[in-house]
Amino acid sequence: MIKQFIKSREALLVLAILILLGLISSRFSGFIAPRNMASVFQDTSILIMLALGQMVVILTRCIDLSVASNLALTGMVVGLINVAAPGLPVPVLLLVAMSLGAFLGAINGILVWKVDIPPIVVTLGTLTVYRGIIFLISDGAWINAHEMSASFKAFPRYELLGQPVLSWMAVASIILFYLLVVRTPLGRAFYAVGGNPHAAVYTGINVGFTRFMAFVIAGAISGVCGYLWVSRYAVAYVDIAGGFELEVVAACVIGGISIAGGIGTIGGAVLGALFLGIIKNALPVVDISPFWQLAISGSAIIIAVAVNARSERKKGRIILKKAEHA
Amino acid sequence: MSNDFTARNIPDRLTTHGQRTLKSWETLLVIIAVMVFVVNALSSPYFLNPWNLSDATFNFTEKAMIAFAMAMLIVSGEIDLSVAAIVALASTAMGFMMQAGFGTPILVATGLTVGVLCGAFNGVLVTRLGLPSIVVTIGTMSLFRGISYIVLGDKAYTGYPSDFAFFGQGYVWWVISFELVLFVIFALIYAVILHKTNLGRAVYAIGNNPIGAKFSGIRVERIKFILFLLTGLMSGVAAVCLTSRLGSTRPSIAFGWELEIVTMVVLGGVNILGGSGTIPGVVLAALIMGMVTFGFGLLNVPGIVMSIFIGLLLIAVIALPRLWSMARASRARRKA
Repeated sequence: MIKQFIKSREALLVLAILILLGLISSRFSGFIAPRNMASVFQDTSILIMLALGQMVVILTRCIDLSVASNLALTGMVVGLINVAAPGLPVPVLLLVAMSLGAFLGAINGILVWKVDIPPIVVTLGTLTVYRGIIFLISDGAWINAHEMSASFKAFPRYELLGQPVLSWMAVASIILFYLLVVRTPLGRAFYAVGGNPHAAVYTGINVGFTRFMAFVIAGAISGVCGYLWVSRYAVAYVDIAGGFELEVVAACVIGGISIAGGIGTIGGAVLGALFLGIIKNALPVVDISPFWQLAISGSAIIIAVAVNARSERKKGRIILKKAEHA
Repeated sequence: MSNDFTARNIPDRLTTHGQRTLKSWETLLVIIAVMVFVVNALSSPYFLNPWNLSDATFNFTEKAMIAFAMAMLIVSGEIDLSVAAIVALASTAMGFMMQAGFGTPILVATGLTVGVLCGAFNGVLVTRLGLPSIVVTIGTMSLFRGISYIVLGDKAYTGYPSDFAFFGQGYVWWVISFELVLFVIFALIYAVILHKTNLGRAVYAIGNNPIGAKFSGIRVERIKFILFLLTGLMSGVAAVCLTSRLGSTRPSIAFGWELEIVTMVVLGGVNILGGSGTIPGVVLAALIMGMVTFGFGLLNVPGIVMSIFIGLLLIAVIALPRLWSMARASRARRKA
């Protein structure tokens, strides 16, 4: 068991994160203080939750590029509801956000399942459509902090056992997703569908429906993140989380989730997100311009995918290479 | 689908060339293009002004130039999401050389060289290391634009030499801009490459069955590498035109273009999974997207609403034919 872990991608990623933390603390020792690490975790919570949702989609050989637009749209809708009805309790809003997110995810899922359009095309389309709808419903206006009710803004910051609710929601998501992919038939089906769709059909798995469910789950968690994002930053406008979908995919790739489907773990997705979160939070404190962040995460993606490919290389290709030499 | 070859499914005669043309994707696009044109002309009195139409071409010429190379890349089963970032990096490099005091010829050479080098970098990662292109180019997209951000931060390069302005602002004759001429020339070149040369046939073969292509003696890796080089080169060309047209470089230049270019290619009838698609289709898709953007602009529709339309168009043009054929198949099944 321990031997297996040492050889795994997760171990490599833990090592990379430790080295990263070592480098950062040599420049600024306060960074690895527990209090600061907790705040880094809090700052990365939304990325972690989105990466978990994206992971189940990627496991089924699909990709969801619309998660950030979904987040922004549900965030705006929840914000507008709060402005219109400030008395509505937060759990109701959370439920609304989750259902709306799941609905937007279901639209992606239906197009992939029933109309059989490649997921990248579907979500490329819905990415622009969802973001456009934000403009239509908000008329391009911002919802600012003073328009939101106090309880709306306070929820993610509310401290429970010394940690904010936002962090606890990330922890809860990690546990729920772990149970989902390891302990439920649907979770195992995600792996089966991505690993070998044809074999999955013969084992009685409905491939299309499994993919549909993956999109719904990713959508639901994006919706929840929509509320969390808007309430945490206390602002909602058309462009929030613009381009965040690629950061989410990056977190998954760095976490060792194979874009070809069927391979990946919850631990990997979480570590991949944390890796990006640590870099983002560390750059200002070690006095590197934040403008470096994009190039660093880009390099991290390329290195991660190169490392992953090495361990995933299919044996079947060797035959071809022999044929080439002959 | 295994019983497709039973007697009743064999057609009495083959479809003629004319029938195939009528039913083709390109015909559908022509109809849409004409409709968009007519609707635009009816809804705004300013649409048919030649100078306005000429201005409208700038909405798509630069993106379309990249889209031609991207179309070939997608036909071969790969994709390059880093094109917009290459534009940003090439533009930044040109700005850097401009500040160093170099003249227009060197600036153009710099832009094209950086484009080719970026394409080569993608190509090496995909063909030498065998990595999936979608992930590689998501990575290089951050890397290339990230380098622009490191160099420029929140600043901008301005003050390009006045003769540099010709590429994006110059007119060859009357309302015919230099960019439009370039667009037409590249459309012809890529149409010939993809549809009339051995390389083009090989690209289709690779897209349909890379392993089969390899066993038939096609150098799959080398051709894919060339396609990445071409995509990089075209991004460099677009960077020269765009930088010249705007007269400045910011690291956020051409932001989000990759998605618009992929939309253009897919709208043009190229199968995102590889193996089929044509350059005329991409040209038509570019025209449609350009005219829709321009027409909406004349009607004071905000850009983001146009993007809703483009997004819906992308899904609809792919979904409708599929839904139609599914409906037909189920009707046929009921009859049988």
